[in-house]
Amino acid sequence: MFEIFGIPSTALFGQLLIGLINGSFYALLSLGLAVIFGMLNVINFAHCAQYMMGAFAAFLLLNLTGLGYWGALIVAPILVGIFGIIVERCLLQWLYKLDHLYGLLLTFGLVLIIEGVARNFYGSAGLPYTMPESLQGGQNLGFMFLPNYRAWVIVASLTVCLATWFVIERTRLGAYLRAATENPTLVRAFGINVPLMITLTYGFGVALAAFAGVMAAPIYNVSPQMGSSLIIVVFAVVVIGGMGSIMGAIVTGFGLGIVEGLTKVFFPEASNTVIFVIMAIVLLVRPAGLFGRRA
Amino acid sequence: MEARTDAVSAAPPVPAASWRNWSEPIAFAVMVALLALAPMYFYPMFVMQALCFALFACAFNLLIGYGGLLSFGHALYFGWASYLAAHSAKVWGFPPELAILTGTLTGGLFGVVAGALAIRRQGIYFAMITLAMAQMMFFFALQMKFTGGEDGIQAVPRGKLFGLIDLANQTNMYVTVAAIFLAGFLLIQRVIHSPFGEVLKAIRENEPRAISLGYKTDRYKLLAFVLSATLAGLAGSTKAIVLQIASLTDVDWPMSGEVVLMALVGGLGTVFGPVVGAFIVVAMQNYLAQVGQWVTVIQGVIFVLCVLLFRRGVIGELAAYMRIKL
Repeated sequence: MFEIFGIPSTALFGQLLIGLINGSFYALLSLGLAVIFGMLNVINFAHCAQYMMGAFAAFLLLNLTGLGYWGALIVAPILVGIFGIIVERCLLQWLYKLDHLYGLLLTFGLVLIIEGVARNFYGSAGLPYTMPESLQGGQNLGFMFLPNYRAWVIVASLTVCLATWFVIERTRLGAYLRAATENPTLVRAFGINVPLMITLTYGFGVALAAFAGVMAAPIYNVSPQMGSSLIIVVFAVVVIGGMGSIMGAIVTGFGLGIVEGLTKVFFPEASNTVIFVIMAIVLLVRPAGLFGRRA
Repeated sequence: MEARTDAVSAAPPVPAASWRNWSEPIAFAVMVALLALAPMYFYPMFVMQALCFALFACAFNLLIGYGGLLSFGHALYFGWASYLAAHSAKVWGFPPELAILTGTLTGGLFGVVAGALAIRRQGIYFAMITLAMAQMMFFFALQMKFTGGEDGIQAVPRGKLFGLIDLANQTNMYVTVAAIFLAGFLLIQRVIHSPFGEVLKAIRENEPRAISLGYKTDRYKLLAFVLSATLAGLAGSTKAIVLQIASLTDVDWPMSGEVVLMALVGGLGTVFGPVVGAFIVVAMQNYLAQVGQWVTVIQGVIFVLCVLLFRRGVIGELAAYMRIKL
């Protein structure tokens, strides 16, 4: 153990680790928001509720069907993704021709409904979700203690983020997607089923949120309001990064998580607000966001 | 007061003096009459609470309905104004009129800072920035000593208005709140119908064109924002004096959502809509209290239904049906 700027290394790296964990959730969620906004022109306020649904799905799968963590990591995002597809077909699809604001308002209404229902059945207190046995314990790296599960969360979310980036930026499917974002009418004229693509994109974005939710379940307690405080930070992340670029969303998400972790070490009172302060500074210096394009 | 609004709202060029031209003054007269009668039929505290929220919703509607700017963080001005009003009345011993003034100015001051940042981005980003700023100030409210954290500031004295009128008397309080509400309402109506309001509507419809006509749209947007925040502050401070409490609920994000709901239910961009919306939402909270948590779910359902089916809101639909302006 040694000290850096008078802070014991275990504390410093411990907070950095927590920052990275938060950063992976910011990255996963802002990535989903950016993908959805690109295709649907809707800011999905319900992203936080769908993140919470992912955690709840994992909890219910374990307690009702006995399906463990690894199964839930696959099944929960699919279930919540299907829910997302139903929402898109029944509700969101009527709003595409209207002002963006109506999409925000509708999905905000969904948050109230989903969180309210969850609170009625499970109360506001958190429900515990045990870690899978294979990921319990941790490694002593000398300068810090690294719990296995936290290492897994960072690796898994980084992999999913990069895979998403690869699919969107480097494959044919991604090319269709980007083209449909720019000009849906023209892409339809080429014989590509754009409405289906929009529906599946929303389902995918929602599934990403649910995936984050399942990964968060063993770290934080599963509770109805676990998403709503997170979504506002993610909005700030999106404002800072700009929604124009997938890689931008990933980099900003992880970067801000680390900054937040460091703030917790050096100036703990500001750890809740540091991201908002950064947002204000970015707005003053680069109003379009770090990776954004001027509209 | 009555005659003045008539002069403002009557559209001059129409030759046939149709009653439709007088729809706004008539509706205003009906509203004043209802306010005079309400305490006989309803619990006065309910009406006063609803009036504070009605003013809050009108202030919010000035931005979204006429400037096209959706602020998702209006709880910031409402809540912080109510903290400052409560603190100045309780700890500094300010009389109610000064306490309300302190709160109102607080709302305006925060409006200048948050507005100057938020108008740097448009549309959906504007909403997210205002929400994030409000959340930041929520954390400050949670951490600072004077706000009392989870407990809030309780038992705020109502005091004596101008050192003469004892506001502990329910009737005096009611008349004061009604007067504040009507003053705020008339100010907003005046702003909407002024040349400034017309420029604001032009920016809502087509900002690039307004810029090309030579209007410095950022200045107009900022002024509208500050005005809206100040009036939200007036509503918040009045609420602190009426209910004698300022708490975290007032600065938290569900409050920002609630005021959006009020304006949406009543009708965005209508003069009377937010008032009706505020009464509907507050009544729902008071009279549906026995269903407990389900109130949130019901609010969510109303949100979804309004966005999908009734985008014009109650008053907007009524006005469209009767072919008048309300």
